[in-house]
Amino acid sequence: MVVSTRDAYGDVLVELGGRNEDIFVLDADLAESTRTFKFGEKYPRRYYNMGIAEQDMIGTAAGLALSGKIPFVSTFAVFAAMRGAEQVRTSICYPRLNVKIVTTHSGLSVGTAGATHFCEEDLAIMRAIPNMTVIAPSDAVQTRLAVAAAAAYDGPVYMRLGRGDSPVIYKELDYEIGKAVTVCEGDDVTIVATGVMVLRAMKAAEKLRADKIGARVIDMHTLKPLDKDAIVRAVAETRGIITLEEHNVIGGLGAAVAETVAEEGAKVKVRRLGIPDVFGDTAAAELLWDKYGMSVANICAVAKELIKR
Amino acid sequence: MDNVCSLADKAQKIRRHIIRMIGDAGVGHPGGCLSGVEIVTALYFVVMRVRPEEPKWPDRDRFILSKGHASALLYGVLAERGYFTVDELATFRRPWSKLAGHPDMNKVPGVDMTTGSLGQGLSVANGIAIAAKYDGRDSRVYILLGDGEVQEGQVWEAAMSAAHYRLDNVTAFIDRNGLQIDGPTEKVMGVEPLADKWRCFGWHVIEIDGHDYRQILDAVDEARKVEGKPTMVIARTLKGKGVCFMEGKVEWHGKAPAGDLYEQAKRELGCE
Repeated sequence: MVVSTRDAYGDVLVELGGRNEDIFVLDADLAESTRTFKFGEKYPRRYYNMGIAEQDMIGTAAGLALSGKIPFVSTFAVFAAMRGAEQVRTSICYPRLNVKIVTTHSGLSVGTAGATHFCEEDLAIMRAIPNMTVIAPSDAVQTRLAVAAAAAYDGPVYMRLGRGDSPVIYKELDYEIGKAVTVCEGDDVTIVATGVMVLRAMKAAEKLRADKIGARVIDMHTLKPLDKDAIVRAVAETRGIITLEEHNVIGGLGAAVAETVAEEGAKVKVRRLGIPDVFGDTAAAELLWDKYGMSVANICAVAKELIKR
Repeated sequence: MDNVCSLADKAQKIRRHIIRMIGDAGVGHPGGCLSGVEIVTALYFVVMRVRPEEPKWPDRDRFILSKGHASALLYGVLAERGYFTVDELATFRRPWSKLAGHPDMNKVPGVDMTTGSLGQGLSVANGIAIAAKYDGRDSRVYILLGDGEVQEGQVWEAAMSAAHYRLDNVTAFIDRNGLQIDGPTEKVMGVEPLADKWRCFGWHVIEIDGHDYRQILDAVDEARKVEGKPTMVIARTLKGKGVCFMEGKVEWHGKAPAGDLYEQAKRELGCE
């Protein structure tokens, strides 16, 4: 089954909105793209289109949270996390207000729209803001659970979703913010992936298995707080760690994992796969992922190189 | 009602608190605190429905100090209104104090929103106003903006959305003292014609003398009667009001008086 995470988001918002009258949704003229229009159709009194004004949207959400509402704010990742970064920091995270920022079109997912609409910086930015919880679900099933968990959690949450249709990974799942999911077991190498990259990690693990290499795949859906136990176990039980994310290799998942490994004083190599600190070229996301070293073949090659050492 | 005489007394007390806080700390923003004293005093002592003994009372009116650097003004008013003791004002900007240079709602009782980065307050006020309307509460949101602050683009985004969503429970004041850190607003980045701008953005606009209690209270009454539109009160004020050597002087935007000048300021305000 193939479902986009943003469709799952739009649907689960409607469900949650029916159960919880405190949920408000705000969008910045991208309701069709983020799928929040579905909530707007069902609950018009709790739905606000704020126009092309992300900073105001984020501040308005802060005000709603001050009155006990649970606002979900949505637009493309680049506009919420970067244009509104200081509003997120100062008006939401500093006072620790109960606002959920759920963005779509993250990473390179807008493809031929070009680099202005890519967002390869959001995880780094959001991770560096105190009080912020940072989540990147890997499929539609997890997205539904993560959005519900975010609604139930009291405090600021940033969540990044993709754009395109993505195969469903999970049939069912016990979801807990901050608790990674081991999707494949393996004792030779660990691939820690987040968001849309989890599926590629699983495909790489399958190929490696054919070559008699056991690759563990960890779905690190929460980047902050990071599940350090999962990393520490991987350090103890496998010979190398590959991180995989649709984000600049600087500051995101790879950085978070490398920090943990270094702090543990572990003698295990970490290889970070992601966008190699460049602005993305113009092509469909899948082609860009391949170009920037996130192809299944390259993941396998890096895994083999790691084990050799 | 003869609040005006007692309000004048309160204002004088609050001016003393401001000068003491900033003078003793050796740091702060006296100019824009002193220009806004009458507005914030009138709001907390006459206009706003609040319960100092229950600062988070859900049905209260709210106040957002969007120009958060005027924190000494807000602290002075809140202490006089009974949210915390006047003695605590002595901790202003001291190590580990609740009373930072910009107000933190999670530390200071009575502070309705954490502010300091300019341009963010009005959006927050709108969010509170939307929630109040949704919940069917008749509580109102008051906000004080600096006149330099309206140079921030977010203010105009918020101006648009308040009008678009007909937030007639928002009453904003601009402390129009004409000066910002680098000089006169009209020299740094002109904001005039200010009243016309807000009118064009769909607001009800009232222009007053921001040191005149009657005009402040009348403006609030007028705003309460306006339906379907937020109200902007452009309050002409004097930066540094009440301390002669600070009045109208840009250098006192963010500088504490020291030595003889500090003594003189205290004398002028009747500090004991």
